[in-house]
Amino acid sequence: MPTIKIDGIDFDSPPGWTVLEVARFLGLDIPTLCHYDGLEPWGACRLCLVEVFDANGSKLVSSCTHPVSEGLDIKTATKRVIKTRNMVLELLISECPSSKVLQDMASKLGLNRVRIAPKWKDCILCGLCVRVCEEQMMAGAIQFGNRGQHLEVSPPFDIKSDLCRQCGACMQICPVITLRCDGADAATVLCNGCYNETQPSCADEFDSYDCWMGLKGECGTCYQVIETKKEE
Amino acid sequence: MCEGLGCGGSKPGMNELRESLIQAVDLHNLSDDVKVDFTGCHGFCQKGPIVVIEPEGTFYTHVKPKDANAIIKQHFIKSEPVKRLLYKDAETGKYIQNYDEVPFYKNQQRIILRNCGHINPEKIEDYISEGGYKALQKSLCDYEPLEVIEEIKKSGLRGRGGAGFSTGMKWSFCRQSPGEPKYIICNADEGDPGAFMDRSILEADPHSVIEGMIIAAYAMGATKGYIYVRAEYPVAVRRFRIATEDARINRFLGENILDTNFSFDIEIYEGAGAFVCGEETALIASIMGKRGNPVPRPPYPTTTGVWGKPTSINNVKTFATVPVIINRGAEWYSSIGTEDSKGTAIFALTGKITNSGLIEVQFGTTLREIIFDIGGGVPNGYEFKGVQTGGPSGGCLPASLLDLPVDYKNMAQSGSILGSGGMIVLDNNDCMVKLANYFLNFIQEESCGKCVPCRVGVKAMYDILQRIIDGQGEMEDLDLLEELADTVKLASLCGLGQTAPNPVLTTIKYFRDEYISHIVDKSCPAKECQALIKFAIDEGLCTGCTICFQSCPTHAIIGRKGERHTIDPLRCTQCGICEASCPSKAIIKLDRCEMEKVVLV
Ligand SMILES: Cc1cc2nc3c(=O)[nH]c(=O)nc-3n(C[C@H](O)[C@H](O)[C@H](O)COP(=O)(O)O)c2cc1C
Ligand code: SF4
Ligand code: SF4
Ligand code: SF4
Ligand code: FES
Repeated sequence: MPTIKIDGIDFDSPPGWTVLEVARFLGLDIPTLCHYDGLEPWGACRLCLVEVFDANGSKLVSSCTHPVSEGLDIKTATKRVIKTRNMVLELLISECPSSKVLQDMASKLGLNRVRIAPKWKDCILCGLCVRVCEEQMMAGAIQFGNRGQHLEVSPPFDIKSDLCRQCGACMQICPVITLRCDGADAATVLCNGCYNETQPSCADEFDSYDCWMGLKGECGTCYQVIETKKEE
Repeated sequence: MCEGLGCGGSKPGMNELRESLIQAVDLHNLSDDVKVDFTGCHGFCQKGPIVVIEPEGTFYTHVKPKDANAIIKQHFIKSEPVKRLLYKDAETGKYIQNYDEVPFYKNQQRIILRNCGHINPEKIEDYISEGGYKALQKSLCDYEPLEVIEEIKKSGLRGRGGAGFSTGMKWSFCRQSPGEPKYIICNADEGDPGAFMDRSILEADPHSVIEGMIIAAYAMGATKGYIYVRAEYPVAVRRFRIATEDARINRFLGENILDTNFSFDIEIYEGAGAFVCGEETALIASIMGKRGNPVPRPPYPTTTGVWGKPTSINNVKTFATVPVIINRGAEWYSSIGTEDSKGTAIFALTGKITNSGLIEVQFGTTLREIIFDIGGGVPNGYEFKGVQTGGPSGGCLPASLLDLPVDYKNMAQSGSILGSGGMIVLDNNDCMVKLANYFLNFIQEESCGKCVPCRVGVKAMYDILQRIIDGQGEMEDLDLLEELADTVKLASLCGLGQTAPNPVLTTIKYFRDEYISHIVDKSCPAKECQALIKFAIDEGLCTGCTICFQSCPTHAIIGRKGERHTIDPLRCTQCGICEASCPSKAIIKLDRCEMEKVVLV
């Protein structure tokens, strides 16, 4: 069993787990979008980034795809992670401000500005529909087409596919077409109707992740406690 | 006679030249002594078509079919070189007869390109007579597989595909990984704009790659190899196919190679030619018939590669180096180069440079030596401004770094990469913002589009640069641009996205002034950004020839024959066609400051 360290917690992980699975098991919250239990990991939205430390420094990896290995040292919410993750979310929202899933996530993660011109697209190309159709419905009726800026999801040759049984799984799984969030303000592109004042603390400051006093690690109560303890 | 890409591919009359040479030989009854044969690329494509008289090495440039007779007659019968076809040194004005003395070649050290231009790539005998397949015999007879890996590790060879990972380490990971059969792949996708080194090697010396692959397979215990070549390289594919067939006939490939119990064969896979398919995980997906999407690593291909089996993937140049290392020993190889980068590097010199072409130098050679001694510097009296290394994933280095010895470490420290070895030289007419914009445009088209930072982030960066070029940039844009660049670099799934911001980051780092003058002064110092310049006609130089008047597609030029012409700024679209057309160079570009002066006058 590989022993790993995640947010300061030592953990004997069952082999073959991903970092995300471990984090969820331990109750650590990592935002995800393109991950879906029961589908193969895809690693495309990059919202589940965590920081992996080794002898050469550190790098960001997608936790939903990163397998555990002996001695892995991970922090799930460093400044770098938070900053990068918020920028990725900012990019995603600029693509498709009408997705309630994205708006909720923005509120939860404390994203309060979008500096990139909104595109108001209908699809964020998360690939969930393509994968559910292929992996769970065994139909493969929709696919990715083209690449780069022209990437799109469509049935082969853009005509209605005979393989589609109209099961509706793709619509059910889509983070964009279900439950449109109407709250997006045209000017700021954000809704923030359920904006969360309490953000998780920053793991750069504290080796463990158990401070829920919030305020982005600025409250400092624990520091005072530590200081007073030292003086005593 | 060179039939490489630059000589044979782009210039007409190649067959004619060969015919005329053969005819001339027959005419003078020399067919017993003189043999006309073709080779792959010599590297000095700018001077092509090239004809070299071997073994003495007389180097004829710009040879046309009508010169054939002169060469044969004067060179072979009168034993005098044809002076007008020799290489003329631009500085001294002297003619140089011998290949090795031409400055372009004199300062190079050719290890990977050892045979390129000297042998006929379609004849296995030529390769064997240059010592080919000796390394294979040596490996199979004298070495255990592990000893081969040890030798490669000791040599310090690092992958030439871009990332520079230790080849020996990769091989030993692949060997140790459980799973049978094992595969090896030769990556010949080469999608960078302006890169043609892998193509040249495959076209000029395919057997060296095959030999390298067989040795690699022996070392790792692989039984099957793939070579992934772009379908746009039909000549490379054809020559490689001929070479594999010849190798099979000579028992270098197939069952029981050289009567040992080791068997290995190579399959050629023609790729559809997307840039991202050069990325190893995307390439593997592509070979398995899936969409060429990269997948996150780990697991690395050395544990789970093609068909889920351990796979080692290496570049063409990496494989082509292997036989030399085995033949001449790891010690010899590791004596070349610098502390962390052993051996030689191949660059494709292009852009604003006198001698463009394919070159090979030791690691540790400075940029100045490459650009000025071998490349001959910037032509037309312009000033050297910078050099973009490593293609679209690399960075742009300024003149202050010219004395930087080129190796993996120095390049990474300066924010660039060696990449596959593209080197685009820039002079003071090149706008750095526009350059960054050009590469981002390439990336946003060529990215697979799977992950958000690369698909959306690069596009957002591109849009910002476009705004700056159009004169609508603001200072906050620059901050956002840097923040986006960091995010794309850190968060992207594969190497394409992770390196895409390099051109932007390095140009901001080394040429920040230029960004600021675009944003604040709305002026392009290199006078390249169309929205920030105006065309005008120098009254003193204009002769009233009306040529520009006729060339302008929007009829913006006013003036009668013999009179001075002027440009109507409201109609002019800054296309620059007139500038090129004017015989007296009277059409000039004005940046913002100059425009204001003109208005004041
Ligand atoms: C976007 C992208 C394009 C690449 N293109 C090529 C290529 O054209 N040729 C190549 O050999 N390696 C290319 N690589 C590098 C490969 O992923 C891989 O690292 C290399 O083939 C390994 O060979 P090496 O160990 O010999 O360097 C590319 C990587 C990326 C991220
Ligand atoms: S249609 Fe919906 S589920 Fe499918 S890729 Fe687009 S956003 Fe994702
Ligand atoms: S970084 Fe770009 S090319 Fe690589 S997986 Fe992401 S979108 Fe595709
Ligand atoms: S730059 Fe183009 S549009 Fe302007 S005057 Fe010259 S030819 Fe005409
Ligand atoms: S959830 Fe991991 S990358 Fe999307």
